[in-house]
Amino acid sequence: MAGIPHDHYEPKSNGEKWLASRLPVVGLLYDTLMIPTPKNLNWMWIWGIVLTFCLALQIVTGIVLVMHYTPHVDHAFSSVEHIMRNVNGGYMLRYMHANGASLFFIAVYAHIFRGLYYGSYKAPREITWIIGMLIYLMMMGTAFMGYVLPWGQMSFWGATVITGLFGAIPFIGEALQTWLLGGPAVDNATLNRFFSLHYLLPFVIAGLVIVHIWAFHTTGNNNPTGVEVRRTSKEEAEKDTLPFWPYFVIKDLFALAVILAVFFAVVGFMPNYLGHPDNYIEANALATPAHIVPEWYFLPFYAILRAFTGEVWVVQIASFFTGGIIDAKFFGVLAMFGAIAVMALAPWLDTSSVRSGRYRPMFKWWFALLVIDFFALMWLGAMPAEEPYATFSLIASAYWFAYFLVILPLLGVMEKPLARPETIEEDFAAHYPKSSDATPAE
Amino acid sequence: MFRTFTLSVVAAFGLATSGLAAGGEGHVEDFDFSFEGPFGTYDQNQLQRGLQVYTEICSACHGLKFVPIRSLAEEGGPHLPEDQVRAYAANFEVFDAELDDFRPALPADHFPESGLENAPDLSLMAKARAGFHGPYGLGINQFFKGIGGAEYIASLLTEYTGEEKEEAGVTLYENKAFPGGWISMAPPLYGEDVEFADGHENDLHHIAEDVSAFLMWTAEPKMMARKQAGFVGVLFLTLLSVLLYLTNKRIWAPVKGKETS
Repeated sequence: MAGIPHDHYEPKSNGEKWLASRLPVVGLLYDTLMIPTPKNLNWMWIWGIVLTFCLALQIVTGIVLVMHYTPHVDHAFSSVEHIMRNVNGGYMLRYMHANGASLFFIAVYAHIFRGLYYGSYKAPREITWIIGMLIYLMMMGTAFMGYVLPWGQMSFWGATVITGLFGAIPFIGEALQTWLLGGPAVDNATLNRFFSLHYLLPFVIAGLVIVHIWAFHTTGNNNPTGVEVRRTSKEEAEKDTLPFWPYFVIKDLFALAVILAVFFAVVGFMPNYLGHPDNYIEANALATPAHIVPEWYFLPFYAILRAFTGEVWVVQIASFFTGGIIDAKFFGVLAMFGAIAVMALAPWLDTSSVRSGRYRPMFKWWFALLVIDFFALMWLGAMPAEEPYATFSLIASAYWFAYFLVILPLLGVMEKPLARPETIEEDFAAHYPKSSDATPAE
Repeated sequence: MFRTFTLSVVAAFGLATSGLAAGGEGHVEDFDFSFEGPFGTYDQNQLQRGLQVYTEICSACHGLKFVPIRSLAEEGGPHLPEDQVRAYAANFEVFDAELDDFRPALPADHFPESGLENAPDLSLMAKARAGFHGPYGLGINQFFKGIGGAEYIASLLTEYTGEEKEEAGVTLYENKAFPGGWISMAPPLYGEDVEFADGHENDLHHIAEDVSAFLMWTAEPKMMARKQAGFVGVLFLTLLSVLLYLTNKRIWAPVKGKETS
């Protein structure tokens, strides 16, 4: 593997040599586990482990839940109740799986915003970033389809609203929607295909996670300074880095244990807090709930979707110039997917040569505003579509796009960055003054 | 920067999570139930009284189709003796497809479905309704006081004003807890509707509370086991966190130039 110079696995015994010449799996595991990692990583670098754990948790609990679940409109809801009442520990399995999705999204948002602040998306890590964005998109698809499976009111009506978005695509929309649903409306065919895909996608995600890790193991981790590890010699590299095992494994496991303690408190004491009461009512195509609200992790993008109504001048202009092909509904759909697309394009929109936000005095404030904007959108997504929320949503959506499309490109030209440390070693020594004369143990 | 960021994430997440639609416009009283909070438990006697209220009054129209009758004997629930459960089951008639006829229910059967078409099933009602989700849709009230389904049911049962009106041939009754203010269910409880064998108070407020507690149990029969599992989980993970914290500190001490103890 290219990258930071470090010691590689050397097979010693005859048995090891025999295996290594046929399948170098031990060497692969060794290189993965002992990868040189910048020693100044802070606590925002723990989310990767949390995310890996979440994926494993969701797959394991999910596989057991499937053993007791029936994907049929007549039985889905009652089979979930069967899990809650009759399956040994079924209530824990289901609550862990449902709240596990929330933990997954808390972790992924923290992970993404960490990347945005420290410039982890910048060269040479664009591929890692793009793969990450693909994983995030697949997570959203998986979570959405999973939420349909209990076949409650919010499952059914959420599915109806979201698949309706595809119907907004000009010309092919209606045919596409029917094809996705397997019929004219959300029904048994929809439930079956969502179930099938909900089982499939996590394994696709697992594959992408391996590529994600492979990519950043090639480039090396970013770090809070954004300064690269010195690669000229192994000696210099070792001054900037520590092996992943045990230093970062133990640190990450500590963080994971703390997060899981909170997670267990939620699962044990308030498992329905993040859910919607309407989903304990069986799906009924004849009774529309008063408010159809997606799960919290979709709310920011749901707010963007709803923000662009027919009264907004941008929408009117788009509609005028396309002869009505782009109407308000389709514009909203484009805006929602566009909001994620601009994030994926950040590596090319950000013109600053400085990676880390730590040394970018103006960027810091715009970034803080983006974080506030994200939470504002989340709150607005849960509010009814009326004034003053509609105007607020429009402003907040506009800032989301402005940050990526205007502010990031301009800042690189206008901003005068602060002095950065020469090396990671220097940054670490500034934090721990006594460290320079110490040598790492083992 | 990131410390403030992380803190604000935690704070904002608590505030901005999930737009629960809530019981909405209706006024939901904050009842004091024994099962609230992380250490709250069901009161077995209350559940048994609630079962009696349900059986004598609610079951005339409503059903509990997801609840197996045998679960009345389970710990963490009404915990009735086996023979009483069997005798109780025999009060209901169920249709047996194999016999192609009706027969008395057995503990393995579920409670019957709603007898009246527009009377909703009550199995999950205490989880399908919510209390006040404010202020400003932030869910702070529910964070501290619970989702409020049982409160909603108890409020609904106690907040009839006595006003009636007729709309399209249906009599509607004014109820302050019901969204919209007018409900088609006639007041089911007036107080002293049931006599408890142990002579427990049977005024409107008490029996409404008892039956709401019972319906909370039908909606969440494993609550006590769940809270216990949560407690054990938090305890062990906290312990693990402490051990990993110390391990981590020790491993990093030489790198950071600190003394190892």
